[in-house]
Amino acid sequence: MSTLNDTSAVTAVQVAHLPVSTASTASTASTASTASTVSFRPARPSAEALAALRGHRWYERPRWRRLCALTAVGVLLAVMTGEQGSGADLLFSLRTTFTGTALWAWIAAAVALWAIAEFGAVPRRAVASGARAAAAPLARIRPALDSSPRLRVALVVAGLAAAVLLPLLFDRSTNQVLVDWVGIYVLLALGLNVVIGWAGLLDLGFVAFFAIGSYSTAFWSGQLPVKPPFELNPFLSIPVAMVTCLLAGILLGAPTLRLRGDYLAIVTLGFHEIIYLIAKNAESVTGGSLGVFGIPHFSVDLGPLQYRWGLDPLDYLWLLIGLITVLVLLFRKLVRSKIGRTWEAIREDEVAAAAHGVDTVKYKLMAFAIGASTSGVAGAVYASKVGFINPENFPLLYSVLVLAYVIFGGMGSIPGVLLGAALLAYLPHGLKDVVDQKDRFMYLGALLVVMMIYRPQGLLPARRRRRTVRTREAS
Amino acid sequence: MTTTLAERTAAARPPAPATSDPVLQVSGVTLRFGGLVSLCEVDLTVRRGEIHAVIGPNGAGKTSLFNSLTGAYAPQEGQVLLRTDAGTEHSLLGRKPHHVNRLGVARTFQNIRLFSALTALENVKVAAESGTRSGPLGIMLGLPRAKAEERAAEGTARRLLALVGLDDRAEERADSLSYGDQRRLEIARALATGPRLLLLDEPAAGTNPTEKRELAALIRRINHELGISVLLIEHDMPLVTSVADRVTVLNFGKVIASGPPSEVQRDPAVVEAYLGTSDTDSRQGRTR
Ligand SMILES: Nc1ncnc2c1ncn2[C@@H]1O[C@H](COP(=O)(O)OP(=O)(O)OP(=O)(O)O)[C@@H](O)[C@H]1O
Ligand SMILES: [Mg+2]
Repeated sequence: MSTLNDTSAVTAVQVAHLPVSTASTASTASTASTASTVSFRPARPSAEALAALRGHRWYERPRWRRLCALTAVGVLLAVMTGEQGSGADLLFSLRTTFTGTALWAWIAAAVALWAIAEFGAVPRRAVASGARAAAAPLARIRPALDSSPRLRVALVVAGLAAAVLLPLLFDRSTNQVLVDWVGIYVLLALGLNVVIGWAGLLDLGFVAFFAIGSYSTAFWSGQLPVKPPFELNPFLSIPVAMVTCLLAGILLGAPTLRLRGDYLAIVTLGFHEIIYLIAKNAESVTGGSLGVFGIPHFSVDLGPLQYRWGLDPLDYLWLLIGLITVLVLLFRKLVRSKIGRTWEAIREDEVAAAAHGVDTVKYKLMAFAIGASTSGVAGAVYASKVGFINPENFPLLYSVLVLAYVIFGGMGSIPGVLLGAALLAYLPHGLKDVVDQKDRFMYLGALLVVMMIYRPQGLLPARRRRRTVRTREAS
Repeated sequence: MTTTLAERTAAARPPAPATSDPVLQVSGVTLRFGGLVSLCEVDLTVRRGEIHAVIGPNGAGKTSLFNSLTGAYAPQEGQVLLRTDAGTEHSLLGRKPHHVNRLGVARTFQNIRLFSALTALENVKVAAESGTRSGPLGIMLGLPRAKAEERAAEGTARRLLALVGLDDRAEERADSLSYGDQRRLEIARALATGPRLLLLDEPAAGTNPTEKRELAALIRRINHELGISVLLIEHDMPLVTSVADRVTVLNFGKVIASGPPSEVQRDPAVVEAYLGTSDTDSRQGRTR
């Protein structure tokens, strides 16, 4: 019989049923009084003993169930990491998995894990205390940071310096990824955080605004089938894309932000699909699925100040870091002001906020517009950087991914969102040489699942966050 | 709403004796939910500077009346007029809740609805800032006006917390406060919007006798020192008789009596309404 410490939730549930079974063995007259007078604390039987008492067969007992579950996980992992499937031979993947040695390695690992968890109280405790000791300094970081502004500033400066200087050491293809995926998506996540993290609006079509920003830049550079009245200096396309997206955000938001959360999610989903289909099918306007080519790089041409962004991704990376830094500073100010407070009040109790003079629709619209214009900036930079865009750069999946980045990092927390988006956006590329190409997003998904189970508040959660996205009206 | 609370208090209105000049006039308001008539041709006048109580058994329609006045419910018939000090009239029916608030009507809730994750101070600040004009650009750029407004709101909020006796709880989360403190915080938050009429929905529910006495004093101060007319729903009769200038009694959505507390208490229809309810205890000290 193992120690009582490893009694799981299953055990707890079964203990609750215990009075019934003991009452039948103890032949007292009153079942109720037995249940209330007998104290189970001193010698609480283990789950195993309980199951035996009830006459459960061995495979129905918790310990053996756990073995079965772990073995199943082992087999699943063996299939996941095994050979790719093949269209010509449907069972190829399964056959190779089940005849290979990797399967047995996984099962052995699962059984070993089970044995340690069930019987190895000593090594388990050693591992646990070791892990706790290793994590102890981590737990002290947050309070230290909270109490010392100077430490915070130092950390931010160090992080910024690393972000600016480290890419000098990386090769070009890494830097391409850092711009096209990490930098752009960090910017997008920062914008979506305003909408979902602060205003609590579930926007499932955020990348639609990214597309609008990109196409607006393409339009003003004269590369779309429809020509602009005059061509803009590419650098000016950033504010123009911002304003375009702001207007698009207001146009979409004004009629729909009156809707409750779950409806808004569907509306934004539909909006994304509409934008995507327009980009794809309105060939005479957007160039259709072939997309747009030849969007020029940014250039600044102000007398003595001249600069052209070129093929080197570093230029764009630094530009993005600059933009992100500016936005972070602005947003920080915003969220600590009356607007941030009001957003939080609306998230807490919309009815009470309205009763105290808050125009809730206006504030939601504001968040929506700010988020949209942020992704307009990202769209302008992206279009300029890659030079050609097509509808496949803006599928619905990316809206979902940005949302996942924000939730993974910690909704409503700027450092969390920056870190979460950077890590997750880089993950598929970091895995490129480690796992099979086609499996990369599977690991991303697995990471998200595990994260949501064990740390649903995200990597670096906002200091004060009680509710997640409001999908139901307060009664 | 142009006058802030600071200006109103600074103007040091004379201890407003209740005048006959109405600040709120409710006439013929009928509110139906499907077949259920929640309010039936309700007439009610709140005079400027008075404390007016609305009493009635459970389900009489008192909260429905408040919800109808503040834009939360839309009555099918009737008229609600709010008179400003200058004498202009605003119809309140059909307006959005935030708009009604801007016109100078603030309320508290029977089932406390604070912003629970915010601190006491922030709760009041949100209300104090709802009428200010600085927008997101001004705030992000740190324009002087935005800063001045923030300072003013902070000042107002701290003053109001002191008024309701919560100044030493300012930094605590609203949901960590005691029940009585939460009710007083709701009052401070409502006052922060600078109302001319304050609607209190059972502010004494669930509070102890000492807190009730303090509450009565607070309501009188709000009425006298800030010159705010008060419309008060309350089940606690001693509290009602001690603060209210006049009382309106609702029963099954109808006004059955109206007048000074002493008269109303003797009114046969009122006695009937209260004794007629199966459970006399239900009108005293319930908590929700
Ligand atoms: N939103 C609603 N939908 C349907 N019926 C409602 C609604 N709001 C109120 N009612 C009904 O209107 C009647 C009056 O309710 P109201 O809450 O106004 O009573 P009350 O006088 O405030 O009672 P209490 O003293 O219990 O607070 C009740 O019968 C109630 O069920
Ligand atoms: Mg009520």
